[in-house]
Amino acid sequence: MDNTTPRKKGSPWWYLLILVPLIGTLFPAFYSSVSPELWGIPFFYWYQMLWVIVSAAVSAAMYLLLREN
Amino acid sequence: MQWTALVVFILFFLLVTILGFFAARWRKGDLSNLEEWGLAGRRFGTMVTWFLVGGDIYTAYTFIAVPGLMYGAGALGFYAVPYTIVVYPIFFMILPRFWSVAKKHGYVTVSDFIQGRFDDRLLALAIALTGIVATMPYIALQLTGMQAVLAAMGIGGEWPLIVAFIILALYTYTSGLRAPAMIAVVKDLMIYITVIVAIIVIPIKLGGFGNIFHSAQTALAHAATPGSIVATPAQYSMYGTLAFGSALALFLYPHAMTGVFSADSRKTVKRNMALLPAYSFALGIIALLGFMALAAGIHTKTSNAAVPLLFLKEFPSWFSGFAFAAIAIGAIVPAAIMSIAAANLFTRNIYRAYFVKNATPQQEGRVAKIVSLVVKLGALVFIIGFPQQYAISMQQVGGILILQTLPALIFGLYTRWFHRRALLVGWLAGIAYGIYMWSTTGYKSTTYTLHLFGQAIPAYAAIWALIVNVIVTVILTLVLNAVRVSQGEDSTTATDYQLETNI
Repeated sequence: MDNTTPRKKGSPWWYLLILVPLIGTLFPAFYSSVSPELWGIPFFYWYQMLWVIVSAAVSAAMYLLLREN
Repeated sequence: MQWTALVVFILFFLLVTILGFFAARWRKGDLSNLEEWGLAGRRFGTMVTWFLVGGDIYTAYTFIAVPGLMYGAGALGFYAVPYTIVVYPIFFMILPRFWSVAKKHGYVTVSDFIQGRFDDRLLALAIALTGIVATMPYIALQLTGMQAVLAAMGIGGEWPLIVAFIILALYTYTSGLRAPAMIAVVKDLMIYITVIVAIIVIPIKLGGFGNIFHSAQTALAHAATPGSIVATPAQYSMYGTLAFGSALALFLYPHAMTGVFSADSRKTVKRNMALLPAYSFALGIIALLGFMALAAGIHTKTSNAAVPLLFLKEFPSWFSGFAFAAIAIGAIVPAAIMSIAAANLFTRNIYRAYFVKNATPQQEGRVAKIVSLVVKLGALVFIIGFPQQYAISMQQVGGILILQTLPALIFGLYTRWFHRRALLVGWLAGIAYGIYMWSTTGYKSTTYTLHLFGQAIPAYAAIWALIVNVIVTVILTLVLNAVRVSQGEDSTTATDYQLETNI
């Protein structure tokens, strides 16, 4: 096995990024309201759908920042 | 009888069946060997893994039950969306380590890892049994999804289900994991087409989103048990814990892990955790179909029928047939992966660990094929023999059970501080407490209100049980380490968890 000298890897602190989507979505107290609406869609729904995109961006960022080669 | 829909449905179902048998020749390998049959030789790249793992998560149950819950109970059903939002970042951290150690030591199941890491046959058996038990009703539930679309086309009774399952059993038997992987690609294309058409056509017909939410709110407010289109303060802690608990449980299920283990590299696993959220968006749209059914004035007592009836009302018959085929195939794919995963567990961690210690890969392959048939037969008996309501509550309990394997599997991946006996007792405490909480609701609900420091906190029972599990495990570990009870041999080393980080 040639894994004796791990090459440069991103700081493990970047793993803390996983907390961002958790804080953003697991506490409905902060977003459970009808207004402001967007194209007739209550805030509760478009806010969470927006987080699908934000969370995907966070995952992609983690993938790039923590690249292992 | 919806003849046009039925003909289209059967046509697509046949196409997929042929694919299933053809899959045996795809990326040729010796299918009598367990690693080839049950993990397709660990050769799946980023795209195939994406479809395969997506196929695991994105089942007929999601297509039928999540919108069904929105239809019946309102906003609470939308917890499926934050659940799939948080799951990938969490497992982005964890799964690459799992893949590495599994590849290094040739682990086919999570219990193989437990045996290697903790040198404890009883703990490995406990994890294997939990996986098998939690999977069975899940397979059965795929069938309720299929039943819902068949019923919408006017086909009642059990025989079409039996026919579908015999077909499924035969091609899983001959092609192993290659069959669901190949079918998952077709299935996802069909589901995406359905979702895109639905999100464009239905809102136009129903007068826009504003109108849909408005009508849904009116309908929910006048229901027998009134609901709302946004979560109420009383639901906040349930909503959050259901999402978080389901997310933590997802990749502990044997079938999800099978998808991960069959990936060809560590990088494939990481990439997938970054790419899989694409499914979550479609899931959100599918969930809203429940409200669209309310707005379209669909009236049904069985919430499972809401989406099929909506399609029949809003679409030409041939397109409904296409959508129904997508849903039914979406039931077949996970059912196949689940039965393979359960068969792998039985073969490795019960048959080889307790009966034939030096089984050859060929013997293992043969046993796994037969067990996959037995598991599906069991699911079929389950669905025909028990009322559906029962099956649904069993599936929710599946989450409570599988979450109790978290301390051994996830903590064990990072540290060997936890004592193997403490993990076993903690597991038992979590399972017992989880089932107790479920029983106090008369086996109806999986949320439980705990009174803590003068506060009443309703939450997903799986989370409460996990907290008890961890507390017991920590306390017992301190005790057992203090009196120096043997910890067993660890056959893994720190570098095993980093395999391929340099490639």
